[in-house]
Amino acid sequence: MSIWEYANPVKFMKTSSWALPWVSVATVISLAVGLIWGFFFTTEAMNFGSTVKVLFVHVPSAMMAINIWVMMLVTSLIWLIRRHHVSALAAKAAAPIGAVMTIIALVTGAVWGQPMWGTWWEWDPRLTSFLILFLFYLGYMALWGAIENPDTAADLTGVLCLVGSVFALLSRYAVKFWNQGLHQDSTILKVGEKDPLDPSYYIPLVICIVGFVLLFVTLLLLRTRTEIRLRRLKALEQRERMA
Amino acid sequence: MMPELGKYALTVVLSYIGTLGPLAVLTIWTLWRGAKVKAALAAQEERMKKNG
Amino acid sequence: MIALLLRDLRLAVRAGGGFGLGLAFFLIVVTLVPFGVGPEGQILGRIAPGILWLGALLACLLSLDRIFALDFEDGSLDLLATAPVPLEGVVTIKALAHWITTGLPLVVAAPVFGLLMHLESTAYFWMILALALGTPALSVLGTFGAALTVGLKRGGLLLSLLVLPLYVPTLIFGAELVRRGAQNMDTNVPLLMLAGITAAVIAVVPFASAAAIRVNLR
Repeated sequence: MSIWEYANPVKFMKTSSWALPWVSVATVISLAVGLIWGFFFTTEAMNFGSTVKVLFVHVPSAMMAINIWVMMLVTSLIWLIRRHHVSALAAKAAAPIGAVMTIIALVTGAVWGQPMWGTWWEWDPRLTSFLILFLFYLGYMALWGAIENPDTAADLTGVLCLVGSVFALLSRYAVKFWNQGLHQDSTILKVGEKDPLDPSYYIPLVICIVGFVLLFVTLLLLRTRTEIRLRRLKALEQRERMA
Repeated sequence: MMPELGKYALTVVLSYIGTLGPLAVLTIWTLWRGAKVKAALAAQEERMKKNG
Repeated sequence: MIALLLRDLRLAVRAGGGFGLGLAFFLIVVTLVPFGVGPEGQILGRIAPGILWLGALLACLLSLDRIFALDFEDGSLDLLATAPVPLEGVVTIKALAHWITTGLPLVVAAPVFGLLMHLESTAYFWMILALALGTPALSVLGTFGAALTVGLKRGGLLLSLLVLPLYVPTLIFGAELVRRGAQNMDTNVPLLMLAGITAAVIAVVPFASAAAIRVNLR
């Protein structure tokens, strides 16, 4: 019994169909609890007023935006090294989720920045690197969409994901450097950083993070199943045309 | 029912809409596409079985 | 390999694009910018490094899709892939040819364009240095994008979407180097970073490009 068994599409379909109901129920519960708690039952923070409630959607989505790219990197590597098709399809299935998470993080950040910083958009290192990350997601998805042959597409997007990861990291540090050069004292996000967070915010935040992770898993399973079915459909159509 | 949000009410509500909206769209799109592909695959398999 | 370099250069010159096209494009960008932002020399001087860098990026992007596309279509890319020269070397040579036809003219012509853009007199040296150090990385990264999209009918737009994000670090450090140089600030960090990125890109990216070409030729 090893994890590689799930590289078999049949085995994956079987296990995922068993797991899906559980994961989706857990997603709904944790998201509902976390978001309702965060929205209705948290008090105003000293410096942020009620905008502290934005924390519960902004932080998890931002975390997921990065983590999903890392997950794509891992699955791409598995595909490139061990040629497991499910792995490549999982990377393909994850990209749109990651892109949506990036949009959410940017939108909630902009909405929060408007009253707190007095501007919708600031060329702050964090914001800028997220915008760049979003561009990488777009390029990745566009490349998947552009190539006909599925194996070629999987290979090329895998290589792109590797190179993109390096450059996304590099951009992150370059952008940090760049903005320090522009103005020394830029506004820094204090929430969720070093200052200890009050437990009354911490607990719902953790629940929300768990909820976002579970939501990602649910959507990922659903989308990967769709991709596997699509692959089989294409194969069957091909066979029919050959016959 | 609504909590007291003070002067930042719009900000908070907008950010929650901005989160739940895209997530809902993504979920519905995922489910819709999943159902479509599943139906297409079932139809294809049915047809192939009939034709032998 | 030198034969390959000469062949590519000759092809680029004969195709008419070659040296002229990138420069002409660069000139157009530099001409259009004052129309957009107004003719005040002070503003132009302030944004000149950024405009010159952006012009370099776009001029480089213009000719990228031709790096492999023609060779792919007439089959000579297959020959090159099976040639005794490693494909990584072929990619590097192609990047070099591309740089000589687009990057190098820009470096040489940068002072003239700087003049048009009211670039501060202290910045000229740094502008040329930054372009000379940065543009090779643009060409090599370009081969990666071109290699990914070589099999596609209409890869042009996709190519820019794939390649431009990869240019971000070079652009940041390149523009920052010129800006700091113009204001007599410490230029060590951006200079070293820019040179380091270029060196690393030249060392590593040809392997990724060659891998992508092999996949596309399969």
